[in-house]
Amino acid sequence: MADHHHHHGHDHDQGHDHPENHYSDMQARVKALESLLSEKGLIDPAAIDAIVETYETRVGPRNGAKVVAKAWSDPAFADWLKRDATAAIASLGFTGRQGEHMRAVFNTPDIHNLVVCTLCSCYPWSVLGLPPVWYKAPAYRSRAVIDPRGVLAEFGVALPEQTRIRVWDSTAELRYLVIPERPAGTEHLDDEALADLVSRDAMIGTGVVRAPEEQA
Amino acid sequence: MSLCEPRSVLTQSPGLPKSAEGDPVFPEPWMAEAFALTVHLHERGLFAWSEWAGALATEVHRPGRAEDGSDYFECWVAALSALLVRLGVMHEADIARLQASWQRAAEATPHGQPIELANDPERQGC
Repeated sequence: MADHHHHHGHDHDQGHDHPENHYSDMQARVKALESLLSEKGLIDPAAIDAIVETYETRVGPRNGAKVVAKAWSDPAFADWLKRDATAAIASLGFTGRQGEHMRAVFNTPDIHNLVVCTLCSCYPWSVLGLPPVWYKAPAYRSRAVIDPRGVLAEFGVALPEQTRIRVWDSTAELRYLVIPERPAGTEHLDDEALADLVSRDAMIGTGVVRAPEEQA
Repeated sequence: MSLCEPRSVLTQSPGLPKSAEGDPVFPEPWMAEAFALTVHLHERGLFAWSEWAGALATEVHRPGRAEDGSDYFECWVAALSALLVRLGVMHEADIARLQASWQRAAEATPHGQPIELANDPERQGC
């Protein structure tokens, strides 16, 4: 049922001798503190995850939501995003620190896109904000590939039978942004109000966007 | 942890970037991890609020820090490291050694695999 695209970004000219993963000094230092404390039994890693989880959905850059809102309200921008997402996103002033290439994948009534990764470091947080803790779980990655419909059901997303699910595996060089479908009844909203409707999960494909009156 | 639990006193840390709703804002994931680590250690009683506030103030006011606060979380991590060293929990040399080890481990990890310390090719071990 699901197409699994292993797209490793060979369509742009880039050397492949650089490592696929990299930690900045600060990333590595925090990992060092965490592993030393864990070794000494002074922290419970699950508790750390739980604290991060408390904040993750409400913080971080909301840049991706602004990209989605503009794609909904400006057809020329949507076209540009389809052709060259890296440049279109950069035009709004959002660029990844690691210089990653972005590709926007558009949901339609026929196709729902779902992005997997990241056990490593290829999550585009500069666009999407903090990654969800569950996203890093090996179970999510493997199950999303084998049974995407089941995974989506667990997130409360029930798609019509005829909707195909496409699973995208993001890489260190090419990362994906899902452009969800614009909900009906939002014609009167400006870009800012539209962006507020777009959750991080919708931009990963584990959520959909609902009109304001449908939201709890 | 549910959102209904009382917020950690550490959210009162001076200079911590906050959203309009008063929640901390973390521009990068490692910043949230550093924050969570500090909250957890404080909850476990490893240090008092005043000790933390003092350590953070020392780093934030150190000469050469960015005036616009753009290195706030670098200060945060420096404060946490210094506090842990002062409390005798760890040595700076161990932190530096493991930091380099994590960086080698990341570079040696192929895409799609979890980055683990064991992936460091120079790591001594059994």
